[in-house]
Amino acid sequence: MLQVNNIEVAYMSVIRVLHGVSLTVDDGKIVALIGANGGGKTTTLKSISGLLKTEEGEITSGNIIFNNHRIDKYHPESIAGLGISQVMEGRRVLEHLSVEENLNIGAYRRNDRAGIKSDLDMVFNYFPKLKDFRRRTSGYLSGGEQQMLVIGRAMMARPKLMLLDEPSLGLAPLFVHEIFKIIKKINAEQKVAILLVEQNVRAAFGIADYGYVMENGRIVLDGPADKLRDNEDVKEFYLGLSTVGSQKSFRDIKHYRRRKRWLS
Amino acid sequence: MTFFLQLVITGFGLGMVYALIAIGFVIILKCSKAFNIAQGQFVMIGGYLGFTFLVTFNLPVWASILAAIAVAVVMGGLIERLTLRPLVGQSVLAIIMMTIALGTILEGVATLVWGGEYKAYHGALPTITLKVGEFSIPPETLIGIIVSILVVVALMALFRYAKIGLAMRATAEDEQVVQSVGIKVTSIYTISWMIACVVGVVSGIILGGVSGVMVSMSEVGMKALAVVLLGGIDSIGGAILAGIIIGVLENVAAGYLDPLLPSGGGLANVFPFIIIIIVLIFKPHGLFGLKRIERI
Repeated sequence: MLQVNNIEVAYMSVIRVLHGVSLTVDDGKIVALIGANGGGKTTTLKSISGLLKTEEGEITSGNIIFNNHRIDKYHPESIAGLGISQVMEGRRVLEHLSVEENLNIGAYRRNDRAGIKSDLDMVFNYFPKLKDFRRRTSGYLSGGEQQMLVIGRAMMARPKLMLLDEPSLGLAPLFVHEIFKIIKKINAEQKVAILLVEQNVRAAFGIADYGYVMENGRIVLDGPADKLRDNEDVKEFYLGLSTVGSQKSFRDIKHYRRRKRWLS
Repeated sequence: MTFFLQLVITGFGLGMVYALIAIGFVIILKCSKAFNIAQGQFVMIGGYLGFTFLVTFNLPVWASILAAIAVAVVMGGLIERLTLRPLVGQSVLAIIMMTIALGTILEGVATLVWGGEYKAYHGALPTITLKVGEFSIPPETLIGIIVSILVVVALMALFRYAKIGLAMRATAEDEQVVQSVGIKVTSIYTISWMIACVVGVVSGIILGGVSGVMVSMSEVGMKALAVVLLGGIDSIGGAILAGIIIGVLENVAAGYLDPLLPSGGGLANVFPFIIIIIVLIFKPHGLFGLKRIERI
């Protein structure tokens, strides 16, 4: 469905942030992309959705194929038209618009009134809270409700692929659990493929089918999510566990041994 | 009392025109966060277009207004495409500079096409005078009130109910989000400039009917800026109310105070700017404007 082939991305033609990233998202699958801050995860999502072009970024080599269209030179609005919705990091609700208007903006490119109405009900079905607040100014919603709203807005476009950028950011652990459950449910019921960027590795691998680990603009490790979860390096560096799942004590850390095996 | 009501009614008519011009400012402010200094020049061009269609071509009022609107749509589209599209993503200051240049160019074009002299078309507007008891509403004011109310209602409906209005409000909030859901931001800009041009030109026709047209008519743009500030920069409802407030106050103040002044007049031209100063001192964010949403 989506193939990112060896892309390199530079901002302002000078700062190269991605050094040859390749990844694949298959139909109806959830793929998690994890990694440390500044690793290039968000940039990868923005290259796919085309929003990179609004930030003086450019794909300098490689290509991106989505359902037989080569989209790396497309404008963001045409990429959205092909069925890719990005949920940007940091709950970007349109603050002064009501909840319902926010959702309607998501369906802007569609003209089937009945379909939009039934999708509105579908979103309210996944997020019943939004239905109670449908006339409220969205800027006054709580963080979790805003996160629901932006995911709902992306769903209103009836996308084939949703790019979720850190849906757990700044949410309480219990709430993270709930959001991820809903994401999994949406994926299973609406047959939407999801590319998920996450810092919360445990939650991400909990629902993902496949995972990629990114560091310094490169994919350093990939594999089925359950395999990655058992990978010792992922365990040590992202899940905070040492051998056999026991909690790690800082007393045992020998710094010279903390070497990531995929480097060097 | 009759004198007072007369002043209020004429002031109301004038205020509605100010409100129209101010709406032009607000629309551009909302989409590109910049003051469109050339809005007053749009008004001036509108006045000349009114003269051309009403007097030179001798068209009826409604046809003249429609023709002028058509010209305004083309003009707005061209202005956006040629001068402002290349500046998308540039700083707000660059856009403001461009609109200053645009204003000067439009004044030059008007002088070239229509010549520098004063043109009037009082007689061209139909002379329906509404008499309510003691006082009468002059025909220019009446037409002004009717047309501006129509335009304002149409705009409010556009922003509230139409899909494109929703997209414009969304674009004012967050361009990136709007692009990510598949809205073409550049076409939203084009439409915004077209609307700004149309309201400018329509108010120009109305104003031209009241006081005649000349190149310096574009100064009314600065007066409308007072309305925008009073109304709170990004609120259309605020611009309408502020327009009426300034129009009425200006007219009433001029009517009662001008005879008392040693110079014998001129207060109407100063009054809006006195209001700007007072507003900026006490309410720097204007009366209405969108509230900045802060969650606690």
